Amino acid sequence: MKVPEKPHLNLVKGSPRLSAENITLSYDERTISVGLSVKIPDRSFTVIVGPNACGKSTLLRGLSRLLRPSSGQVLLDGKNIHAHSAKHVARQLGLLPQTSLAPDGITVADLVARGRYPHQKFIRQWSREDEAAVVNAMAATRITDLSARPVDELSGGQRQRVWVAMVLAQQTSLLLLDEPTTFLDIAHQIELLELLSSLNQDGGHTVVAVLHDLNHACRYATHIIAMRDGEIIAEGAPEDIVDADLVKRTFGLDCIVSEDPVAGTPMVTPIGSGRIKTRKPTSFIKHGVPK
Amino acid sequence: MSALHPTPRIDFGRAFKVVRSSGQRMSARLDVKAAWVSLLLLVIALAIGAVTLSSGAFEVPLDQVILALFGEVDDRVRMVVVEWRLPRTGMALLLGCALGLGGAIFQSLTRNPLGSPDIIGFDAGSYTGALVVIILLQGGYYQVAGGALLGGLVTAGAVYILAWRRGMQGFRLIIVGIGVSAMLNSLNTWMMLRAELEVAMAAAFWGAGSLNGIGYERLVPALIVLGVLVPLVFMLERPMRQLEMGDDAARALGVNAEPVRLALVVLGVGLTATVTAAAGPIGFVALAAPQLAKRLTGAAGITLIPSAAMGGLLLVAADHAAQHFFAPTQLPVGIVTVSLGGIYFIWLLIRESRRR
Repeated sequence: MKVPEKPHLNLVKGSPRLSAENITLSYDERTISVGLSVKIPDRSFTVIVGPNACGKSTLLRGLSRLLRPSSGQVLLDGKNIHAHSAKHVARQLGLLPQTSLAPDGITVADLVARGRYPHQKFIRQWSREDEAAVVNAMAATRITDLSARPVDELSGGQRQRVWVAMVLAQQTSLLLLDEPTTFLDIAHQIELLELLSSLNQDGGHTVVAVLHDLNHACRYATHIIAMRDGEIIAEGAPEDIVDADLVKRTFGLDCIVSEDPVAGTPMVTPIGSGRIKTRKPTSFIKHGVPK
Repeated sequence: MSALHPTPRIDFGRAFKVVRSSGQRMSARLDVKAAWVSLLLLVIALAIGAVTLSSGAFEVPLDQVILALFGEVDDRVRMVVVEWRLPRTGMALLLGCALGLGGAIFQSLTRNPLGSPDIIGFDAGSYTGALVVIILLQGGYYQVAGGALLGGLVTAGAVYILAWRRGMQGFRLIIVGIGVSAMLNSLNTWMMLRAELEVAMAAAFWGAGSLNGIGYERLVPALIVLGVLVPLVFMLERPMRQLEMGDDAARALGVNAEPVRLALVVLGVGLTATVTAAAGPIGFVALAAPQLAKRLTGAAGITLIPSAAMGGLLLVAADHAAQHFFAPTQLPVGIVTVSLGGIYFIWLLIRESRRR
């Protein structure tokens, strides 16, 4: 993928491109978070984890200009994100919301092309850059063969790749994704996470995703933000912060944290209430790499 | 970045024609099938229009019609075709296009084929406005038109505010609109019952929607208003299409969702209210044109130009039927469109309920 068009001036350590300063986020009267501050490290794969309704998605909406904080501010490139125009933000920061609707009958390539909107004008609706961006985005998500198919006919995994391609066609160096792996089977979850990881590692994108699976978070994230009740409990590299205590404090769940046999990252095994049938360990688990 | 390597062609699953100016400053991607369908619909509409111009008590052969429009012909023929019949047929085409466009806007905003201005109460509101002027104020044509315009706008505003809850949802708008429409219809009936017989008849006639007796003095103002509204609609087509993906997705792509939606609502109401003001409430065209056009083009979502062309064709055809199918009786065109609309509406409801 393409590196961001303009290198950014304020890449000073300690002032990342995207951060929130003391923001309060609420819907009408319902307050979700008060006085939240967070920095998204540049070129990190940041994963936000936490129990349901802890304010993860709300934080993502705040960071992406969809929700205006009632106090405090979100800074994009050192300036209040609401002081930028919507189109300017959309050229810097792409967001995959939890729910998006594909207009009925739209084909894959046509939907991916809609990601080019922030780069287009009334008189310039389809430049060569638009075309190239769509080609690259479809290639990166391996959906080029599907390009002529109606989106409604695709499987859940394919459809999610199409939405990711649409966000990639936006060519932003910041990518925010709200629960991108929900509704995908495990193979498609891993495939998508590896795509995001490679965008981060090889493409230099800063990726921020809300994920539910702690083990996925530990394996693929370079930075984890753990939230509960609208507050940030801990943040840092998975191997530095994820332990049984953190899981207990975040989810109220007893667990054992061991080493992921494949990646060497922390692996969370829930203990639960103990009302389970215990078998002799290792009797059926085959270690090692399958042939 | 693609200067050296030509980009591989994208297979969109349908034909697009890419046009670019030499300096790359201007470019567009045109849906080939939608363009052909629109052109075909317009040609058919014009052909029916020509037949309408030729027929009537004083028959004019088609070649004479063409000559009357574009060349030299004897004064009597010119008078019948250009002075008497052309304004009415021209108005039918113009208002039909406006209805198709207005319907397309609301169906796109609500993402629902039922989200048409005649279903969600704007027509009923315009009628209320017109009835107030006819019955209480005894106003003339322009006062009635003004009352209809105002009634439509006020109703639209009320529906919009009542349906508002943390942003606008299409389905809420439709439900609230149907409710408001039912209330206004009872109010309208009550006003009719209270009125003097002659006034009530005039009001009922207006309420049927008619193009009878339309001359240039009514065509020109409508032309001017639509000449302002229609280009604005096309300026907002791209953000409108983005909104079809949901507010969050559209806003994340740089669309100012709320201002764009409000502007589109105002334009859509303006288009339909202009039609109602000019000719009374003409149902069905706004409801059906966008869906029929969508079926023909096979395009994703709602497209504006084919919807407008289909609206024009429907109203020109309905007007021809209203004038000539029961001759010498002249039906109000609204009766024709509503009768057709009833059939279409039942079919639509059955199809929608099967889908859920």
